[in-house]
Amino acid sequence: MSKVIFARSVAGGGGFSLPPCDVAEIEPAAEINREFLRAEAPLLPELSEVEVVRHYVELSQRAYGVDNGFYPLGSCTMKYNPKINEWAARLPGFAFLHPYQVEESVQGALELLYRAEKLCCEIGGMDRFTLQPAAGAHGELTGLMIIKAYHRHRQDLARSKILVPDSAHGTNPATAHVLGFEVVEVKSNEEGLVDLQDLKACMSSEVAALMLTNPNTLGLFEKEIEEIAAVVHAGGGLLYYDGANLNGIVGVARPGDMGFDVLHFNLHKTFATPHGGGGPGSGPVGVKEFLSDFLPRPLVEKKEEGYCLDYDRPLSIGKVRSFYGNFGVIVKAYAYMMALGGPGLREACELAVLNANYLRHHLQEDYHIAFKRLCKHEFVASGQKQLAENGVSTLDIAKRLMDYGFHPPTVYFPLIVKEALMIEPVETESRERLDEFIAALREIAREARENPDILHQAPHSTVIKRVDEVRAARQPILRWPG
Amino acid sequence: MRYSPHSPTEVEEMLFSIGMKNKAELFADIPDRLKLGRDLELGPGLTEIELGRHLKELAGKNMNLDDYPCFLGAGAYDHYIPAALDQLLLRSEFYTAYTPYQPEISQGILQAIFEYQTMICALTGMDVANASLYDGASALAEACQMACEGSRRRKVILPATLHPEYLEVVKSYAVSGKMEIIMAPEREGIIDKETTLALLKQDSACLVIQQPNFFGCIEEIAAWEKAVHAAKALLIMVVNPISLGLLKSPGEWGADIVVGEGQPLGNPLSFGGPYLGFMACSKKYMRKMPGRLVGQSVDSNGETCYVLTLQAREQHIRREQASSNICSNEALNALAASIYLSLVGRQGLVDIAVRCHQLAVYARRQMESCGLSLKYPQAFFNEFAVKVDDPARINRLLLEQGIIGGYELPGALLLAFTEKRTRAEIDRLAVLIGGE
Amino acid sequence: MKIPADLYYSPSHEWVRVEGDQAWIGISDYAQHELGDIVFVEMPEPDDELEAGGQLGVIESVKAASTIYSPVGGTVVAINEELEDAPQLINEDPYANYIVVVAMNNPGDVDSLLSAAAYEELCQKEQGGE
Repeated sequence: MSKVIFARSVAGGGGFSLPPCDVAEIEPAAEINREFLRAEAPLLPELSEVEVVRHYVELSQRAYGVDNGFYPLGSCTMKYNPKINEWAARLPGFAFLHPYQVEESVQGALELLYRAEKLCCEIGGMDRFTLQPAAGAHGELTGLMIIKAYHRHRQDLARSKILVPDSAHGTNPATAHVLGFEVVEVKSNEEGLVDLQDLKACMSSEVAALMLTNPNTLGLFEKEIEEIAAVVHAGGGLLYYDGANLNGIVGVARPGDMGFDVLHFNLHKTFATPHGGGGPGSGPVGVKEFLSDFLPRPLVEKKEEGYCLDYDRPLSIGKVRSFYGNFGVIVKAYAYMMALGGPGLREACELAVLNANYLRHHLQEDYHIAFKRLCKHEFVASGQKQLAENGVSTLDIAKRLMDYGFHPPTVYFPLIVKEALMIEPVETESRERLDEFIAALREIAREARENPDILHQAPHSTVIKRVDEVRAARQPILRWPG
Repeated sequence: MRYSPHSPTEVEEMLFSIGMKNKAELFADIPDRLKLGRDLELGPGLTEIELGRHLKELAGKNMNLDDYPCFLGAGAYDHYIPAALDQLLLRSEFYTAYTPYQPEISQGILQAIFEYQTMICALTGMDVANASLYDGASALAEACQMACEGSRRRKVILPATLHPEYLEVVKSYAVSGKMEIIMAPEREGIIDKETTLALLKQDSACLVIQQPNFFGCIEEIAAWEKAVHAAKALLIMVVNPISLGLLKSPGEWGADIVVGEGQPLGNPLSFGGPYLGFMACSKKYMRKMPGRLVGQSVDSNGETCYVLTLQAREQHIRREQASSNICSNEALNALAASIYLSLVGRQGLVDIAVRCHQLAVYARRQMESCGLSLKYPQAFFNEFAVKVDDPARINRLLLEQGIIGGYELPGALLLAFTEKRTRAEIDRLAVLIGGE
Repeated sequence: MKIPADLYYSPSHEWVRVEGDQAWIGISDYAQHELGDIVFVEMPEPDDELEAGGQLGVIESVKAASTIYSPVGGTVVAINEELEDAPQLINEDPYANYIVVVAMNNPGDVDSLLSAAAYEELCQKEQGGE
């Protein structure tokens, strides 16, 4: 392991210094009662710049990003993050703006937000967007707040339930619960799609909305989406679109045209902004016109004298975070949308779907595929066959993939497929990469038959072996014990 | 631009190998009437040269703080960012990675988060810190929910001295019906004691105190801590991390949960985001804490290593029983915060905090000598409100003179001072405001 | 799989041992086996009121969280504090390590629970169903 940075620290070390002080050097205690002052400086590292740099470079060498190689993590859309976007977000005219500067001094930033909203509307088939939510789950929260406000505004107070399919991401039921809704699960049918009969049975005057991804988490397009929308709307509910899987249809079809009333995009998925090891994301929320009054404030408006922030929105749900959202992420996504344009975005989607079907087709001989038919941007394979025949689990397969230089797919999700391996290859991967991945998975299937132990003990080539997660959770050590 | 590597021939060959004739077949499962049937109206796509020009033009329409001195604070601060920081953030193994769900190939990211958690604990004086939340305001909303769960009560007392956007965010989250917000009034820039002590007696879940508060004033804590715990409620503190180089830590005061905006730690202002919300708590509430946590463990060879832990709290496992829905956080911003704290180091943070305070005290003296006075008679860290008749007019005047002014309060301008400000800039500011 | 004959069982895999009007409650051997390595037991607090069939607590393993339901209604009189630091005790011996003791409001609650024989049948059915 790498030494923790605190263990490298040298008491009294550290190279940072401020310019000479040219005002009176007042003792803090002369102004602030001693009771309020810290007796001892916080125990932070004391290191020279070069040691700090080496430490973080060493850590980076023990990490794996899209720039290192294929990253087929299902539902995460790990596409290439264009470098010009990093440059753009770092332009002083974007990076060094205070959020409370007066409007006339930030016209370019407001214009970018205004334009980004327009692009989102066109892509989603929606009428208005808020760019405030900081991530997909935050978008879901915002969307359900809007739905709640809408029903309340209409004095329709009995709508306390949210429907989610049994294949849904965990954030859907969690979001509904956090906002005080009761969660009702809708079953999938034998095709892996929403069971229309069950949906009808679940629908009532107590249902506020149905949350749906389309394509769903199995990578399958919900072809009965119009009937689904009709059932929900006829019952007075609204339709929420979870944009996690937008990469499977972007530029080809639009959620707004399918009957969705509210949606969120994940700019860090579909629109190529980097995941940053877990964030920042950005989860803009779009709505149809009849819901636009409920959007968080402020919205950016264009007036004769220029762009401005409109706070005067009496029906607004308020704010879901400070300021206007993850602006730096929005800059990158805007750059991506502009770089690809309409034709480019559609081509990206087509190639993502082509790559997924190519992998699915060429893996079906060696692996069980949950639903053997046309998929969109991802599909769900499974280690069921290997588990039954060779005693090798999906976890073993995933760990072994690291020895072949790949990041493993999403495992054990969706919950409705046993031993699931959820694979999303994205459009920025070449045929050559896909072929290497297919070859590796075939080789692993062979190893499972001939030498299962090599899989049980995988990975072999990584800096550490499998982790004792039980110990980590039973006796949590959550900071350096010193 | 396109970022896909496929040549037209490859596309044809790939289609052929899966038994398809054309790309349209890939979308045969989408009913035709749902297909867009045209290109999205996003324009034709730009080359990198065109895109760079367009973005530079937009960026050029803003007055940025690289060119103009800034006295705005109010929750986001213009601190210096050491040059080494961004170089390290641009290591693409960090920024192009996903959440470290596979520990064997993510040790670097996991260890960086573990170190971040340790640094936040050191700053706040608390037992446990998570891997970050979206921003300070939403972190406070999560903390209030956590306090309601932890105390099994629902009344959340928020002071009028809290950042107004934080208040608005907690209000939005409260539509869940799981929290009831009660406002504690302000008196002379700090929480009004009498009224608030009475409020606390009524089965409150928690009292929130921002330190320094939105107006820059330093709040009394000791008396609150006593009263809150006597009422079996939780003390939540919202803190500015830079101030913790100088001010007593929430842990020393006896806080139960601590949140704050981590932007001042090495993150550019970036027009409001991405920032990071940090959260720390005492051990007692560890398992009620939202968000990701990294723990230390061993691998099968007995080597020390790091892994995401206590995941059974989180949405992907608890689903409809989860008490928070957070998934993506602000990992890269948290990494920036820990690199920042490592670069400035233990003494550096103290020096920065002391300098901010000294410059603010100097500014007060200069303003007073220009005939101005402060709105509140309280001690401050690096921010105070100076009385003016028409704050909007003053701000316009300052802008004309190439100065980004303050945050407009009724009859006052809230001004912040960081180590980047100089004596000359402050002298000019005082004269311009005082001359009016 | 152990199913002691002198206990009552619920269909959600809790066991109950009755002593006077007090009920000792834990989870069955079948349940601990299904859960795998238990890493944390979230328990109620003494004096909490529990409803028969209502939530009593949550048991966490590394990758799962399962609700524990209270087979009887009443007031919590004791919790097994040993589990706070050593949740694995339930894996080691689920019957020797109770979770809570409840003073029952209605001792008749146990009448609707399963006998050891009936519970064994239920477990076999569940196992066969997989």
